[in-house]
Amino acid sequence: MRGILSWGAYLPYRRLDRSQIAAFVGQGGGKGTRTVASYDEDAATLAVEASRLALKATESRPETLLFATASPPYADKTSATTVHAALRLDPTVTALDLGASTRSAVGGLRLALQGSGTALVAAGDLRTGLAGSADEAAGGDAGAALVVGDGDAVVAEYLGGGSATAEFLDRWRVPGDVRSRVWDDKFSEVTYGGLARDAWASALTAAGVEADRVTVAVAAPTARIGKSVAGKLGAAGVVGDLTDTVGATGAAQPALLLAALLEQAQPGQALALVTVGDGVEVLVFLATDTLASHQVGRPIATQLEAGAPLAYGRFLSWRGMLKVEPPRRPEPARPSGTAAARSSDWKYGFVASRDTESGTVFLPPSRVSFDGERTDQMEQVPMADVQGTIATFTVDRMAYSPSPPVIFAVVDFDGGGRLPIELTDTDLEEVEIGKRIEMTFRRLFTADGIHNYFWKGRLVRG
Amino acid sequence: MASHGIRDRVAIVGMGCTKFTENWGQGLDDLIIDASNDAYASAGVAKDDVDAYWFGTAQSGMSGITLARPLQLQNKPVTRVENYCATGSEALRQASYAVASGAYDLVMVVGAEKVKDTGFQGLNAFPIPNDGTARTLTAAAMFSMLVPAYGKKYGVDDETMRSVLTHIARKNHFNGARNERAQFRKEISVEQVERAPKMAGTLGVFDCAGVADGAASAIVCRAEDAHRYTDTPVYVKALSFVAGNGSGLIDPSYDYTTFPEIAACAVDAYQQAGVTDARSEVALAEVHDCFTPTELVLMEDLQFSERGTAWRDVLDGVFDLDGELPVNPDGGLKSFGHPVGASGLRMMFEAWLQLRGDAPEERTVKSLAAGRKLALTHNLGGYPGEMVSFISLLGTEKS
Repeated sequence: MRGILSWGAYLPYRRLDRSQIAAFVGQGGGKGTRTVASYDEDAATLAVEASRLALKATESRPETLLFATASPPYADKTSATTVHAALRLDPTVTALDLGASTRSAVGGLRLALQGSGTALVAAGDLRTGLAGSADEAAGGDAGAALVVGDGDAVVAEYLGGGSATAEFLDRWRVPGDVRSRVWDDKFSEVTYGGLARDAWASALTAAGVEADRVTVAVAAPTARIGKSVAGKLGAAGVVGDLTDTVGATGAAQPALLLAALLEQAQPGQALALVTVGDGVEVLVFLATDTLASHQVGRPIATQLEAGAPLAYGRFLSWRGMLKVEPPRRPEPARPSGTAAARSSDWKYGFVASRDTESGTVFLPPSRVSFDGERTDQMEQVPMADVQGTIATFTVDRMAYSPSPPVIFAVVDFDGGGRLPIELTDTDLEEVEIGKRIEMTFRRLFTADGIHNYFWKGRLVRG
Repeated sequence: MASHGIRDRVAIVGMGCTKFTENWGQGLDDLIIDASNDAYASAGVAKDDVDAYWFGTAQSGMSGITLARPLQLQNKPVTRVENYCATGSEALRQASYAVASGAYDLVMVVGAEKVKDTGFQGLNAFPIPNDGTARTLTAAAMFSMLVPAYGKKYGVDDETMRSVLTHIARKNHFNGARNERAQFRKEISVEQVERAPKMAGTLGVFDCAGVADGAASAIVCRAEDAHRYTDTPVYVKALSFVAGNGSGLIDPSYDYTTFPEIAACAVDAYQQAGVTDARSEVALAEVHDCFTPTELVLMEDLQFSERGTAWRDVLDGVFDLDGELPVNPDGGLKSFGHPVGASGLRMMFEAWLQLRGDAPEERTVKSLAAGRKLALTHNLGGYPGEMVSFISLLGTEKS
């Protein structure tokens, strides 16, 4: 039996109320909210957060990592390796980017389902458009990850799929441009309708199930197209596409909606993911008995209820659409490639060292004990999943930050170890001595085209 | 392990100090030349009389050539020294040890820093290639973490803490207003301090030291030769230095209410100088008041106050200009700003003036007339949990 072993969905903490857009720009906006990746998040960090949740919920370890995004942090350089390093996967695990188009994400999932071995399909995307545009309001940011593999631990068996590929102008973006351009969306709607019918029919045949037994999730570039496609399938049910609260999340959307489908599914239920974009891809699954006992770390429903509002002006500045005066301090220098390579376990994996004799935990790792008596008598201690407590804190209104001021705390970790570290996804009035902190993988800044990834703390909520 | 010190083996026989200010009109070379010429004149020596030079600068220049070129030194050894904010003091320590060793008869120390040419606010460390994981907080933010920690540990409420910090800021500006070399020469009111824009944590503009350009210098010889140059030499009683191992940043038992490196440095310095009760023996102290809570904590680390009581001593005026133990009578970093390589020597310059009776009457400390004989200078560099500490003890009488 091959199929989904585990999943993880990650919704950024900040939410933009769409009504703010028209109030500011004079056009655009709409109802509901969209998720907004923080200034220190990108497609890779979103994928890392989702993947951490997915891997926590399964014993399986991937042999392949496929990272899909339409907003890649780098060209030429692979970003899947960043995800790989943050997840501390074995060097033998191959890590590949699936880039440029939103369709690549479901393509990666299909390849994983049709392949062998255990694969982690991790997606992350930030969606944006010009101020006041439909895409700006309707888009959303998210990470989502699926672990694909074999055996009794499969929670959703892959039954089969169908494809309909077509070349036509729906939406497109010249590399480097900040927004997509779109053709008449009624043309898209009609074209996708025909393609969906074909892909749906071949998928049902391949899976050997009737349409009226299947509950579907439809990932589409707009809510309108998704709704139109869903209406033509004759399915038993359609789960919500999250566009009211999250937005259309691009390359992350197929995995995010499959996660949403799985979180609502019952054992024995037939499920299908329909992905619309430059054609239609359909993947059909059967929820297994194992699903009932599967533990989900942070259900989407819980994450939807969390989150805090973000002012539209700050949203624009985070996206580089509004230049805001920085503190009058020098911008940070680029990190050293060689130094980063040497400290990969620390920088990407947040691995500390522990003195095997005294038990002292060193963040960052040290080779020499506190008393100077012992060298290299240390063991590695992974700290990314260890929580801590705020010992003291401050706010720095002068330090350089892409989004000042910097909120900073001295964090004492459970079981030993202390690190003074920046907090993120936090408002100053929430911070107190004694509050609990968990770690999150972030992009601190970019200098000379080098993204400086490291970990930050965030308040443990709920 | 030993820290024997060089008590009374060397003497400072000449000093110079520029005005510390946002000095748009002078470059590093100008500052070096002015401070050096003051020192030569003060000791009554010519350039060629000096055997060797030590030059302290944190980031205004590299190598001894930074000093040798503007002074046009002819074939002299010049050592460039850097040790964070204790750079100037460290240069004097190295120079003094070289004289005490017998290697040289007469040496000169110059500390200088040109910090206002960056166009940025505050001090800015030059970037050393690294893996990008080190914190990038300002010093103000790191030192601001002392405030809630100290208040909580010793049960000092927020309002009282504010009064203590405000007292320190006002005291140092009061003293600086009486010093022609200080950058800020106005007294400040309680309202000015408390209404100032917040920089980091609860620290406002007046809780932070200024930033300025400046230079200071000293000429050092063997103690037995001192009277060749001046009737009132200042003898070096102790020079102590501790470089912390950074444990406070990663050790959960560190509580941000003390600087262990400085406490250890004080023990060593007092031992070198034979001081048994700092509170009653030290006549004046120039300490590293980079931020107001720093000075508060220093009073305890330097053994001027019992643990947990410095806040009360501050409010009682113990460290005021007319108090029992005047601290920063020249105005401190608060009034002078902090040209990193010069600050330590600027502190010694004040000790030089006060001990010799050369300070202007309006800021001459009374503790000397009352029979105390020692001046203390102190620098720290780095952050709470990870710092270097320097302490000197100076006096006009050989024991």
